[in-house]
Amino acid sequence: MRVPLSWLREYAAVPEQTSAEQLAADLVRVGLEVEAVEHAGADVTGPVVVGRVLEFVPEPQKNGKTINWCRVDVGTHNDADFSDPAFTDGDGQPVVGGARGIVCGAHNFRAGDLVVVALPGSVLPGDFAIAARKTYGHVSDGMICSAAELGLGDDHAGIIVLPEPAGADLGQDAAPVLHLREDVLDIAVTPDRGYCWSVRGIAREASVATGAGWTDPVARDVPAAVDGGYPVRLESAACPLFVALSVDGLDPSAPSPRWLTRRLQLAGMRPISLAVDVTNYVMLETGQPLHAYDADLLGGPIVVRQAEPGEKLTTLDDVARVLDPADLVIADDSGPIGLAGVMGGQTTELRDTTTAVVIEAAHFDAMSIARTSRRHRLGSEASRRFERGVDPRATYAAAHRAAALLVELGGGRLRAGETIAGAVPGVPTQRIDVGLPGRVMGAPIDRDTVLAHLGAVGVGVEEDGDTLRLTPPSWRPDLRDPYDYVEEVGRLYGYERVQPVVPAAPVGRGLSPSQRGRRLVNAALTEAGFVEVVSFPFSSEQDLDRLGVPAGDPRRDLQRLANPLSETQPAMRTTLLPGLFAAVALNRSRSNDDLALFETGSVYFPDPERRVAPRPAVTGRPTDDELAAMDAAIGRQPRHLGAVLTGDWRPAGWTGPAEPAGWRHALAFARTAARALGAELEVEAAEQAPWHPGRCAALSVGGSLLGHAGELHPAVVAAYGLPARTAAVELDLTALLAAAPGRGEVVPVSPFPVVKEDVALVVDESVPAAAVGAALRAGAGELLESLRLFDVFTGPQIGEGRKSLAYALRFRAADRTLTDTETAAAREAAVARAAADVGAVQRS
Amino acid sequence: MSGPNTSYDPVQVTPLDADHVEAMVAEALEAFAAAGTVAELKQARIAHTGERSPLALANREIGALPPQARKDAGMRIGQARGRVNQALAARDAEISAAELAQRLRDERVDVTLPTELAPVGAPHPVTALMDQMSDVFVAMGWEVAEGPELEAEWLNFDALNLPPDHPARSMQDTVFVDPPERNLVLRTHTSPVQVRSLLDRPLPVYVVCPGRVARADEYDATHLPVFHQIEGLAVDEGLTFGHLRGTLEHFARRMFGDETVIRWRPSYFPFTEPSAEVDLQCFVCRGTSVGDPEHPCRTCRSEGWIEWGGCGVVNPRVLEAAGVDSSRYSGFAFGMGVDRTLMFRNNAEDMRDMIQGDVRFSRSLVGGAR
Repeated sequence: MRVPLSWLREYAAVPEQTSAEQLAADLVRVGLEVEAVEHAGADVTGPVVVGRVLEFVPEPQKNGKTINWCRVDVGTHNDADFSDPAFTDGDGQPVVGGARGIVCGAHNFRAGDLVVVALPGSVLPGDFAIAARKTYGHVSDGMICSAAELGLGDDHAGIIVLPEPAGADLGQDAAPVLHLREDVLDIAVTPDRGYCWSVRGIAREASVATGAGWTDPVARDVPAAVDGGYPVRLESAACPLFVALSVDGLDPSAPSPRWLTRRLQLAGMRPISLAVDVTNYVMLETGQPLHAYDADLLGGPIVVRQAEPGEKLTTLDDVARVLDPADLVIADDSGPIGLAGVMGGQTTELRDTTTAVVIEAAHFDAMSIARTSRRHRLGSEASRRFERGVDPRATYAAAHRAAALLVELGGGRLRAGETIAGAVPGVPTQRIDVGLPGRVMGAPIDRDTVLAHLGAVGVGVEEDGDTLRLTPPSWRPDLRDPYDYVEEVGRLYGYERVQPVVPAAPVGRGLSPSQRGRRLVNAALTEAGFVEVVSFPFSSEQDLDRLGVPAGDPRRDLQRLANPLSETQPAMRTTLLPGLFAAVALNRSRSNDDLALFETGSVYFPDPERRVAPRPAVTGRPTDDELAAMDAAIGRQPRHLGAVLTGDWRPAGWTGPAEPAGWRHALAFARTAARALGAELEVEAAEQAPWHPGRCAALSVGGSLLGHAGELHPAVVAAYGLPARTAAVELDLTALLAAAPGRGEVVPVSPFPVVKEDVALVVDESVPAAAVGAALRAGAGELLESLRLFDVFTGPQIGEGRKSLAYALRFRAADRTLTDTETAAAREAAVARAAADVGAVQRS
Repeated sequence: MSGPNTSYDPVQVTPLDADHVEAMVAEALEAFAAAGTVAELKQARIAHTGERSPLALANREIGALPPQARKDAGMRIGQARGRVNQALAARDAEISAAELAQRLRDERVDVTLPTELAPVGAPHPVTALMDQMSDVFVAMGWEVAEGPELEAEWLNFDALNLPPDHPARSMQDTVFVDPPERNLVLRTHTSPVQVRSLLDRPLPVYVVCPGRVARADEYDATHLPVFHQIEGLAVDEGLTFGHLRGTLEHFARRMFGDETVIRWRPSYFPFTEPSAEVDLQCFVCRGTSVGDPEHPCRTCRSEGWIEWGGCGVVNPRVLEAAGVDSSRYSGFAFGMGVDRTLMFRNNAEDMRDMIQGDVRFSRSLVGGAR
């Protein structure tokens, strides 16, 4: 809501010396969000004065235009020496002095008209400095201004012609006449404060905030129902009250006065015509939306009713709409003539020949208007106010205010008979304990303070001991619950006055094991050299196609969105990889080529049955079944951990050549993550999209599969435009956290000497190293302290299709020094087991 | 070694006279001084203290002397050998020190060479900041609660006093799951986690809820449709607005320093009542940039105050919807944007950087938020 301060001051007696900024700060303190304080007209400086065009000479130009060479009387600013052969007296002698010569390109004026003159030395909006300058063969000693040139709207059609009398002498400052300079508060109104969508409401808050006196522009209450005016019939509960006044004898050519259009403009509305401007003006002032019908276009009684199925209405914005039975309409004999509380219809729109109007000031159910506005995607100044709640008691006063303005400014006549259909709806009262505000705020707010603050916002209070029976003011439909009243007391008491106290929470358990685990994983990965990124959690079928995910794969079951942020990403992701690939692409486009990126985030597997989540009543805790049904409907949302590697893990440097990032780094990533939780990953070869079938590992802990790692499939690399050999890994972090061991055990440390033995085994190339290691371990038994693969070798000596794996074994006993015999036996057992399990032959 | 002498031959004992002994010592000292390396000194040591050295040979002659002379010569030779050994040790120390010094000179390296063990990894700044924010509350005994990002509409709206046609619901343009009739949304705030906490946990409840949320919002330098929040909820007997103030002022001081000044503005949220907006006085310019175009402040855009978050006393309707007896329990709740906090706290300029994955942005807070 944009409020010109002069308007506000008509109703709140804020002292003149209070600056707009000070007032804004006061309003902020009581809870209005003042987004900006504007000083309209401050960009017009210097002598901009009232002048009179004494005479002018039209001068056609070569370019086809005609300019007017004007002699303008600007009073005290006149040039005593001015004379020009174009302007002569009765004797043909040039007139000397008493004016200035000004060139003007506009033609909407006559000799003798009052105009606005920007004299040399003045500056107009856009830093447009006015100086005497030579143009069209004359020295133009100033400029006659249009409204647009002064920042008074977008009317370029011609210069401003002031009505007689101007309200100022020739040569005097034109700003007051134009209502040029004005401070405007731009206020963001929260949804609970519908009444602040009006000068009335803001003025009331200003009065409450500053203690300044206040006059209510809505001074007349709504009388009892009467049907002396235009006939009105209410057929829907969504319209409890409808006031209709008739004004006729209007002069259709009567313009809106400058003060009125200026205020509309400063409030953010466009002046249109007197009757429309007046209804808008009164709406801004009182908060009560009004509508004016051309009385001659109305046929039969006005009926407020629900729309019939399939009924049509063309609204003032030129859109033909099909109505819904839930829409509330205003109708006459011809059918719907307006979407109640939202927008009028074309058939009864005011014309430039309208001389008689019916003014509607009605009250509509907020919910009904909100739904209609949303249904038709049609918001208006009226619907905005009705949705947030308007004061039903303002209807009658607002209608009369509008009628009075039409009479005054448009020469109209208010018809004696008036119609008041329905009545002001009742308001719910509430009881609170007088101590409640203090208890909720945690502040010593005594009885008198509570009563004073409730009174200040217009609440009716009846005291019954410590119980207060409260009746909200008619403009505060938001006041219903006890805490609504507490808030009113609290905000006026002042949040700043409440003593801050840190509550003593009960002993907490710290981070949960899984939260601690996630931090350990994150720390281990970042220390290992991986960089965390965050992506949008969306995906698409195309992504899964590019990844080569086959039909039937769980990742194929995407949860689609009804209104996705991007049409190319219409569903929730089931894998982190496409987001990581996008991050790779962005980085590479910025020449960040060596990348080890990871992300931790949810993936979304929809409920396979696509169940509907219940929406039980909110009066109490839902049943366990209802809560279980909600959890079932949202589907499974495990947290995944993914990484992608490309470029060099370690670029070439002074310590050695580059180490390109590859599949082994992807596996190392997974192992690092698992080890951070005390878990050892089990790794075996696997084939899984989007990985290279020969370079993909399935990753498990305790036999449960957690994810995959390896080099990406060349087709995937191509589909995403990734560098060759890009590697990736994706793990179910939620499952990893669940599979990780609990508190862990400390390893007993033997003080006895170690015995080192090396073993080289030749096996088929297809035998995984992990299997050979496992066999050696199993064969060596308890004495084996550790096993390390230190060489992998292939070559003619070994034989086609064979490879040699060399292991360093360390033997140690917990309780004694091992003998050579014992060690040899354990070593032999290890080799024998490898021979038996994987066909290993010891290399001599 | 020869046995004791039984005959006394004056010629044979010449080497034991004082001058001769002195000459042997001088010769030895000269040789040690002349040795420049450990190897040369070893040669000199063998020559002058070894078994075949003149002093060792002279020592052998002592036994051949008559008892009286034997004592003098023994003392003389003993002293001489002592002097020689001392000189040898001194020279040995000198040479070793010189050689060590030389070696240390020779082994000098350029310690300014890069020494990274691994590439530089880093947590995402939003993760780091969110952890730091959570830790402030964990230190106060609060717990960290989490919940699903794709959420039941009831938990995201209805339970929070946001009925279907409440105008506040239009403040948050929501992403709905298809079809909308399934009543599922991308949570628009982490408040459903607060509701879940009330439903799942025994009272009293003190939790913070960090996490990701989504709104059908603009995507530009100052808006993200997917961003992060940290919300808090305390429900206990006797909690007041004053406790809210105490908690958030403590939080603000931990995040922005002990001098932090907070402004409390009345506001409106359906789930809290009374409600407030919390503004921080700009911790960079302390408000001095307001109306001073010569010294603009980038952090607060010369407004002096930074909007930090919303908060309030929990609306009793929210407690009732979660089955909490609002006549016995009360509470307060608050919520802040993590990405936005990062923006003004750590001078991030373009919010899009937070979700695009540029490694340079991610590496901004290597090691975590401070």
